[in-house]
Amino acid sequence: MTRGTITLLNQYILPEANTDWRWMDILVEVRFHGRGGQGAVTAADLLAVAGFKDGYHTLSFPMFGAEKRGTPVVSFLRVSDDPIVIRDEVKTPDYVVVMDPSLIEVVDVLAGLKEKGMLIANYPMGSEDLRRTLNTDKEVHAINATKMATEILGRPITNTAMVGALVGATGIIKIESVEEAIMEFFENKEIAEKNVKLVRQAYDYMREVCGWQK
Amino acid sequence: MRKVVRGFYAIAEAVRLSRPNVIAAYPITPQTEIVENLAEMYANGELGDAEYVTAESEFGAASMVLGASAAGARAFTATSSQGLLLMTEVLYNAAGMRLPIVLVVANRSVSAPLSIWNDIQDSISVRDAGIIQLYVESNQEAHDMLPLAFKVAENRDVLLPFMICVDGFKLTHAYEPVDLLDQETVDKFLPPYEPAVKLDVNSPVAMGCYAPPPYYMEFRVAMECAMERASRVMLEEFERWYELTGRNWGGHVVAENCEDAEVVVVAMGSVVALVREVVNRMREGGKKVGLLKIRTYRPFPSEDVRKALENAGKVIVIERALSIGAEPPVTADVKSAIFGLDAEVYPVVMGLGGRDIPRELVEKVIDDVMEGKVKPEKRFEGLNEFEEVIP
Repeated sequence: MTRGTITLLNQYILPEANTDWRWMDILVEVRFHGRGGQGAVTAADLLAVAGFKDGYHTLSFPMFGAEKRGTPVVSFLRVSDDPIVIRDEVKTPDYVVVMDPSLIEVVDVLAGLKEKGMLIANYPMGSEDLRRTLNTDKEVHAINATKMATEILGRPITNTAMVGALVGATGIIKIESVEEAIMEFFENKEIAEKNVKLVRQAYDYMREVCGWQK
Repeated sequence: MRKVVRGFYAIAEAVRLSRPNVIAAYPITPQTEIVENLAEMYANGELGDAEYVTAESEFGAASMVLGASAAGARAFTATSSQGLLLMTEVLYNAAGMRLPIVLVVANRSVSAPLSIWNDIQDSISVRDAGIIQLYVESNQEAHDMLPLAFKVAENRDVLLPFMICVDGFKLTHAYEPVDLLDQETVDKFLPPYEPAVKLDVNSPVAMGCYAPPPYYMEFRVAMECAMERASRVMLEEFERWYELTGRNWGGHVVAENCEDAEVVVVAMGSVVALVREVVNRMREGGKKVGLLKIRTYRPFPSEDVRKALENAGKVIVIERALSIGAEPPVTADVKSAIFGLDAEVYPVVMGLGGRDIPRELVEKVIDDVMEGKVKPEKRFEGLNEFEEVIP
C-alpha cells in the first residue's frame, strides 16, 4: 500500500434522534434515485415549482455522486405548510422514486423509507417482480416509464414520467400544477407539450394501479 | 415577486439588478450556473451595456475584473474552491489597490483529495486578504446582500472588495421560494458607481505602485482603518435595507436565545438554519441553549460576539474548515473576542467535503456539551473510524 492511504475501519453511526419533541412539520419528504443525465434533479425541481403553485413551501436539492453521465445521483424534495429551514439530507422519506431499473440492485433504494411509505420505480418487469427483488412488505409500484418516454419523447428520459407516476400514486401535488411547471421549464414548446402528455399518461396509469380511478 | 428559483438564479438576478459594467468569469462547480445565467442574460441583451467576458482561467477572470474596476467599472465575478485559490494572488492586489470588486464564492472544499462538495475552506483561506466576507444562510439572504455588497464596497469610506459566501450545492443548487427584487427597489438603494479615482489617459494615475519600506506599512494600515469603517457602513446599509424591503437580516451577528443560555452554538452559513431549528426545539424541552449566527466574518465583529457570549458558560463553535495544525479558524476568532470571559469554548469540526450535518448530530453535540461529557478542545463529529496506512 502507498503512504497516505486511508483505510476506513468503522462507519460512524448517526445518533438516535431525541424523541421528546417533534421536528418542524414537514408534510412530505421524497428521495429520487437516478443516474446522471436522467433528470432526477429536474424531477425534484419540477415538483418544488409545482408544489409552490399549490400554495406549499418547497425545497429541492441534489446530492451528486460524480459529475458525469451514468453515475448514481440522488435528489431530495421537501413540502411543507411553513417555510423550510432544514437543509440536511432526507433520511426517512415518505416516498422514494427510482428512475432507472438498474439501480434497484446496486443502491439501497429502500433505505430509511417510512413504514407506511411508498416506493415507485421505473421497472419493466412489473410490481410483483419488484417486490420480490426488493424483498419488502412496504408498498411498491412499478411503471414502465422507459417505454412510455421512448414512445412519446422518442428518447428514454424518464424523469417527467416518474413525476407523473408519483403525483398519480400519492396526490401530493395537483397534476395541473405539474403540467404548468413543465410548460415553464422547457423552453422548446414542442418538447414541453410532449412532456405534458407523458406526465399525464404516467399519472393516469398510476392512478389506475393504485385504485384512485374508481 | 415571490418565485421558486434555484440559488444560482437568485444570485445572478440580483447581480443583473445591480447593473454591473463588467463581468468576467471562468466556470467551476458549484459556481458555474451563476455565471451561466449571467451569460445567458448577456446574450439576451438583458444586461444593458455590460461586458461579459469568458476568461481563460480564474486568474484571468480576477485580473479582468481588477482591471475593469481600476478603470472605473462596477465589476463582478464568481468562483469556488481551487478557482478562488487561483484568484488569490490577484485578490490580494485588488484589496491593496482598494478596488470595490464584488465576488460570490459558492463554497466548496479544496483539493486534495478532489471533492466538489461543500465546506467553507476556500473562502476561509483568503480571510486575511483585506476582503469583506459575509456568510449567508439562505438564497434570499444571498439575493438581498448583492446590491448591498456593491454599495458597501463602493462607499468611499470603504473601497474594499466584498465577498458573499454561499454554500455550494446546499444553497446554490436548491430550488426554493425567493422574493425577487425589482429594478426600481434596487435603483433606489444602489446609485451608479462613481469612482473616486480611475485609470484615465487624460488624467493619469498609478495604482498598486511600488511601495518601499517608508510607505508600505501605511498602505496596509490604511486597509485596516477602511475595514474598521466598513463595519459601521455595513450596519447603516443593513438598516437601510430593512427600511426599504422589510427584510431584517440583523447586524454583523444575530444572537438568538443567548441572554440566559448555558450553551451557545456559534455557526456561519447555511447550517445556521438547521442549528436554529435544533435550538428552538431544545428550548421547548426546557434546555437553555442559544444560537449566535455570524454573518460578517471580515471585519470580524469581536464586540458583538463578546456581548452575545457574555453570559454563556459554554460555547460550541461549528467549524466547517480547518487551519491544520492549529485552532480551527472561527474558534480562534471567537476565543480572542471573548478573552478574559469565564466561558469554555468547544470547537466541533463537522461537514467537511460535503458530509451531511444531520440534525440528530447537532443535537447530540449540544447534549454532550451540556452534560459535560466532552472536554473543551477540538473535536471531529460525524467522523468514521479510520487508519492512516504508512508502509
